Amino acid sequence: MQDSAARADDPFRIYGVTLGSRLLMGTSMFDSPAILADSARASGAEVVTVSLRREAGGSRAGQAFWDLIQALGLRVLPNTAGCKTAKEAVATAQMAREIFGTPWIKLEVIGDDDTLQPDVFGLVEAARILSKDGFHVFPYTTEDLIVAEKLMGAGCEALMPWGAPIGSGRGLNNVFGLKALRAHFPDTPLIVDAGIGAPSHATQALELGYDAVLLNTAIARAGDAVAMAHAFRLAVEAGREACLAMLMEPRDMAAPSTPVFGKAFT
Amino acid sequence: MNIRVNGEPCRVTSRDLASLLDELGYGDATVATALNQTFVRKKDRAEAKLAEADEVEILTPRQGG
Repeated sequence: MQDSAARADDPFRIYGVTLGSRLLMGTSMFDSPAILADSARASGAEVVTVSLRREAGGSRAGQAFWDLIQALGLRVLPNTAGCKTAKEAVATAQMAREIFGTPWIKLEVIGDDDTLQPDVFGLVEAARILSKDGFHVFPYTTEDLIVAEKLMGAGCEALMPWGAPIGSGRGLNNVFGLKALRAHFPDTPLIVDAGIGAPSHATQALELGYDAVLLNTAIARAGDAVAMAHAFRLAVEAGREACLAMLMEPRDMAAPSTPVFGKAFT
Repeated sequence: MNIRVNGEPCRVTSRDLASLLDELGYGDATVATALNQTFVRKKDRAEAKLAEADEVEILTPRQGG
């Protein structure tokens, strides 16, 4: 069978770009730049997330990181991580567009420090401003259907609901809600962003019909990040393949898989 | 003039954002700038005048999730 990541009849299109991989990888918390680079290659990801942070004059850490990412030849998705107001997020997005040279922005407006839950009101406000300004907004949101509607109305062409709080590794906390969102927006690119801790979580998201997953901590903080990156690659491919193959419906009662007809001693 | 740069108090002589970057040693580093929470494009930095108590952000690429 053809490699699912390269299936010509199963493109993952988002904001007019066709991606071969349904795994988007964060670049934070790796033990070294070399491990980050090897993990990115092992994951098969074509998109990596990046950020902007303060740096003292004379330091060139930021430039060194940017050189590394550029050498990998991957598409970047800058984020607005840590922003707590629409105004902060908009300014950060504008700065990111200038530095990274892309209209793509992973829009985060954080409403709570403990859960890192998105402030969906600020999120919609920022999404509207940025979409009008030509950005291609990837909003980090909840699975709330009405918020999703508002984000689409604000100009978003993709949604990124959380699976669980960022960095928690708890998987898909609200499968029912995520299924409802998928059913409500059958043609919108949907990416589970945050909370994925194990490859099985990623597989589950793809099995539910989600188009892709975005994760960072589960790879970066694994005992062997490079091996885990490859495990996630396989998990995402398996989940997508399973989705396309259409899973059986669960049932409450047992049903023998071996034919009953012809059994001896009956 | 006393301003804040990246959240820290800073006494500077520069009167505009472009000069400030030189004064603080950023040189040709890849940075993006904001003045009082408003983005300032690279080409507009020389026209971005500084005033007492202004807040400047100077950001560079970094790892992100």
